[in-house]
Amino acid sequence: MTDLLRAENLTRHFKIGGSLDRGTLHAVDDVSFGVGEREIVALAGESGSGKSTVARLLARVYPPTAGTVTYFGDSAEGKPLPEYKSRRDALRYSSQVPMVFQDPFSSLNPVFRVSHGVLRALKLHRPELSAAERQAEAARVFDVVGLGAGMLDRYPHELSGGQRQRVGFAQALATRPRLILADEPVSMLDTSIRIGLLNLMAKLRDEEGVSILYITHDIASARYVADRLIVMYAGQIAEAGPIEDVLAAPRHPYTQLLLSAVPDPKAPPPSLEAMAAASGERGEPPKVIDPKPGCRFRPRCPVAVDACATVTPRLLPLGAGEVACHVAQTGAKVQAFS
Amino acid sequence: MLEVSGLTVDYITRAGRVRAVDDVSFAVQRGEFTGIVGESGCGKSTLLFAVAQLLSPPAAITAGEVTFRGQNLVTMGTRQLNAIRWQNLSVVMQSAMNALNPVMSVGAQFADALRAHGMSSRKAIASRSAEVLGLVGIDAVHLRSYPHQLSGGMRQRAMIAMALLFTPDLIIMDEPTSALDVVAQRSLMTQIKELQREFGFAVIFVTHDMSLVSHYSDRLLVMYAGQVAEAGPTRRIFDSPLHPYSRGLLDAFPGIRGEKVPLSGIPGAPPDLSIIPNGCRFAPRCPAKMAECETTPPVLVDRDGSQVRCLLYTPVVAQETASEQKEAAQ
Repeated sequence: MTDLLRAENLTRHFKIGGSLDRGTLHAVDDVSFGVGEREIVALAGESGSGKSTVARLLARVYPPTAGTVTYFGDSAEGKPLPEYKSRRDALRYSSQVPMVFQDPFSSLNPVFRVSHGVLRALKLHRPELSAAERQAEAARVFDVVGLGAGMLDRYPHELSGGQRQRVGFAQALATRPRLILADEPVSMLDTSIRIGLLNLMAKLRDEEGVSILYITHDIASARYVADRLIVMYAGQIAEAGPIEDVLAAPRHPYTQLLLSAVPDPKAPPPSLEAMAAASGERGEPPKVIDPKPGCRFRPRCPVAVDACATVTPRLLPLGAGEVACHVAQTGAKVQAFS
Repeated sequence: MLEVSGLTVDYITRAGRVRAVDDVSFAVQRGEFTGIVGESGCGKSTLLFAVAQLLSPPAAITAGEVTFRGQNLVTMGTRQLNAIRWQNLSVVMQSAMNALNPVMSVGAQFADALRAHGMSSRKAIASRSAEVLGLVGIDAVHLRSYPHQLSGGMRQRAMIAMALLFTPDLIIMDEPTSALDVVAQRSLMTQIKELQREFGFAVIFVTHDMSLVSHYSDRLLVMYAGQVAEAGPTRRIFDSPLHPYSRGLLDAFPGIRGEKVPLSGIPGAPPDLSIIPNGCRFAPRCPAKMAECETTPPVLVDRDGSQVRCLLYTPVVAQETASEQKEAAQ
């Protein structure tokens, strides 16, 4: 599959602390991945793993400390993000790679009708359209996201959470995007509503040909819509690959831990002893401040070897996917958590 | 031990009354784990606040009783309530960052609660504080820590430790794990369950995530639009949900194992409680809707040791049609 966008060694550090406890927080460290055409890629990890920082780097909220992002949507040979310098170029990129935010309650302006955001985006990004054409296009995108043109004149407070999030997708869709950056788009919604949004994401991929970077901490919803899965831990990619392969046979100990912790309501409940044994691991993801070389999952890892303490594992191809684990890379079968 | 009967809570506003909790009854036995699940706005948090007598205007209990160890909490004065709080009944709030005082160390907050209930010896306070913190797996050095120095999971565990200071009979928890990732979530749930087995307290656990309580709770209360839609043993509800809403909720979860099936969720949104539909509140979203559902509000009926609020199970409807409809729904 050809890449639509490719991140290479993407790194973002933040300076934190005062004069006494100055440090550097490694929010994202040496992350490389691609998003293909018509593909939903799930970027999963717990809070603090750097997944939202990756989205913001791709949305150019701030520049990377190191590494490059190349966008292939404009030209076959690709164009690195810093080259989208002029206002026209910057607008073109942000219209083709828009973002949908997590909180549908704070991402819409309460004093404007919900059509406002869509119409403004159209005016800015597609100035060739007349007012009537803008109205027609707004009606079209509202239709695509399942709201119906009748909703255009409503105010945000008249809409439910799920409907507001659909407005978010309609806004993104109005600018004819190639890749939508969706940062936890369903995590604030009720379970009964979520599926509808996930189905919408799949529809955008299948019918509108849009790629989506789906950032989430919910592996089950990722499996439901995504083609590929990238698992992040402490600012780095632990494992990546076709989602069914990764879920069927996770090879990184962290992926195994993550999957073992997902509750499965359909399964018979295990005994308390079994649950206690499974969750005996009470470690927490590290805050990555001025890290030393070595695997960041090592303190929680039951299969760590000596090399894990000194050498940072690199993300290397293994089977259908990629894994950053010394033990898995030797070809040994990793069974850390089940 | 706790018996809630006919509890009704209204939000009294200038525009009129909004009934957030409507005639809810349930009982919690000693040492039982009761899950209350429902979507946002279904009244689950209001119910929990009403049980703990923590409602503030414009919300008010307009009917019903909350009987805890033989006493009715609703009619009790503040002073009597203060004696019971922490001592016999404690509450763990959703957001530990907001529930803990940011300018007091964890230890100082523990000491506050202990002193309020008559423990004055500095030594006794220190040893009890260290003891409960140990129970939840946090080192006693963190008594000197301020909330911001703890991680989200540790803060939430510190809140649970605080709730355990007097080994109460009942702990009420409002989505304590919603800010945690799945790994921390499982470890916290297991810990609650282990502590419960050790000390025998009862838990009321409010959550919007049905899958979370599936392995931990004994009884489940599914709420919809301020009312109990279905109540019964957790396993029974997960294995064979009676109410179309419970079934819809269960079918809204994609799995990480097994075959991938297209899901549809539940169309529509919960009703605005200020404009309540005439008949069944779930009727506009219900896949098994019948003509009567538009006009007849269903009552809660007993069925095989559970309770369900749905006309499919109400004797008014001929038994045959009910089973036909049920099949259609499945």
